[in-house]
Amino acid sequence: MTNFLTLTRMRIQLTLRNKMFLFFSVIMPFGFFFLYAGVFAKGNPVGVRYLLGPIVALTVMGSFWGLSAALVMFREQGILRRFHVTPVTSSDMLASSVVANFVLTLPTIIVEFFFAAALFHVRQFGNLPTTFVLIAFGTMSFASLGLVVASVTNTMQETQVINQLIWLPLIFLSGATIPLAGLPHVVQRVGLFLPATYLVTELQDAIYQSAAIWSRDVLIALASLILWASLTFFLSAQLFRWEPESKIPRRAKLLVAATALPFILLGIWENSSSRTLAKAQAMSDSVNAPATPADRSK
Amino acid sequence: MTNSILQVENLVKHYGSVQAVRGVTFDVKEGEVFGLLGPNGAGKTSTVEILEGLRAPDSGRVSVCGLDPQKEPGKLKHEIGAALQSTSLPEKLRVMEALKLFSSFYKRHRDPEELLKRFGLEEKRNSFYGQLSGGQKQRLALAMALVNNPQVLFFDEPTSGLDPQVRREIYDIVEELKREKKTIVMTTHYIEEAERLCDRVAIIDHGQVIALGSPRELKERSGNKTRVEVRLHQPDSPDVLKNLEGVTDCRELNGTYILQAQRPPQAIVSLVKHLEIQGNELLGLEILTPSLEDVFIELTGRRLRD
Repeated sequence: MTNFLTLTRMRIQLTLRNKMFLFFSVIMPFGFFFLYAGVFAKGNPVGVRYLLGPIVALTVMGSFWGLSAALVMFREQGILRRFHVTPVTSSDMLASSVVANFVLTLPTIIVEFFFAAALFHVRQFGNLPTTFVLIAFGTMSFASLGLVVASVTNTMQETQVINQLIWLPLIFLSGATIPLAGLPHVVQRVGLFLPATYLVTELQDAIYQSAAIWSRDVLIALASLILWASLTFFLSAQLFRWEPESKIPRRAKLLVAATALPFILLGIWENSSSRTLAKAQAMSDSVNAPATPADRSK
Repeated sequence: MTNSILQVENLVKHYGSVQAVRGVTFDVKEGEVFGLLGPNGAGKTSTVEILEGLRAPDSGRVSVCGLDPQKEPGKLKHEIGAALQSTSLPEKLRVMEALKLFSSFYKRHRDPEELLKRFGLEEKRNSFYGQLSGGQKQRLALAMALVNNPQVLFFDEPTSGLDPQVRREIYDIVEELKREKKTIVMTTHYIEEAERLCDRVAIIDHGQVIALGSPRELKERSGNKTRVEVRLHQPDSPDVLKNLEGVTDCRELNGTYILQAQRPPQAIVSLVKHLEIQGNELLGLEILTPSLEDVFIELTGRRLRD
């Protein structure tokens, strides 16, 4: 347990000394923030509040990039083998990536909320406990996704290519960039198979519609994210490699595909019930509708 | 036999179709510096990495501090310290941070400050790992191997790729550890390193131990005799010289007479007497004792650094 904590501290320290971190965890998220809040929502507090869901979701999903890919670099450079001769375990190594990620992501999100309040006069942030829990489990599940990619790829280049292939659909088909309600119907149906879609929609639900933590939709999203994170984390611990030259067995890559199972099942169910799509549509309609007396009073 | 702290029996390791280790057997006694000497690719690193628990053997029995590295890796890792061959640390980790971080992993610790001082890294305590020179990195690697005050130390090619001066610094460090009666298992392909540092040496070639003993035993056991090379004022006949007492053979090469001596002191006395009688004069004399390199050539027919 203490090994895991000291490793977490080391990972945080090293990340803060890395210039790439500044770009991915500070410049990029705030870039998105000002683009969404200033341009898409035109600075309108209701619009900014509506778009905070996608903004926070993008920041949360960004966890997928950082520290897990660093593990591949550690392996390639023979750094992991040095840890292997110590009592440090693979779970220590992996869990420290996930937790360090969370610790580094949280301040960015807090600043995003602060900017929304200070610069765009958003006064209502919906249900903060729900938001926090979604952020916590969201960060952990996307960091675990990064870990699983790290565990099946052999070089940093390979990792970056696969990361891009996963990242683009996650941000474009989930409502994180283009609102789900505005996507063509076919794309919406594909989006329903992506974990990102539920993270975006439920964050929006929590911030814009003040959804309670025990509301059915939040619970479904949380349960799916937690199940998915456990599968990916467990698998990356099983496939963990300390040595640069050890290669991944092909059969293992199939196992990785199996971690998508929770969201495949959820996607099938959602496609037949259109629960999430209806909700996304309703939220979109409400923000685009002429201001109601309730809005004016804020 | 004094207490042996490490045993290896019939160790075998393949990588695909390549047999890296083919039935290696040896044991290491408490407090000794044991060397695995052999050319690159002989199976030294594979053997050591199995002992450290980094790799699983295909067959054979291994025991380190009474523990099986495969069955009880967690316990074993508290008892051993290692300086690996191909390894690194994060570029942006500072020297002192590295020592503190690694010592935090263990039940037993040694004071990181003391290690820093001892390995001459005090001035570098706040430097990033990426800014260190090769010699400093290696000194840090050795210091890090000691953070848990281990029972057995593994140094895999500790001076490989370092310039001669830095290499001597590393020798001094190992000699100091030797005086403290630390058990050290080291691999090397440098003859002088094995001769200078190791109490016993296993010569490894093609995954097998082809000779084992103290450097002195190995040299004595080999067929190589001490050579006495002399230059004379007037020419003499090798056939006469080789019949002198204590000399077993003699040949001439460009005016230098190379005498193979069974007992060098006797050979020299009889040579000097012979020259006095002949009225000849000794211009130069050199005594060459056989090295481990000679032993290696005799056993394998190859030089070590081919």
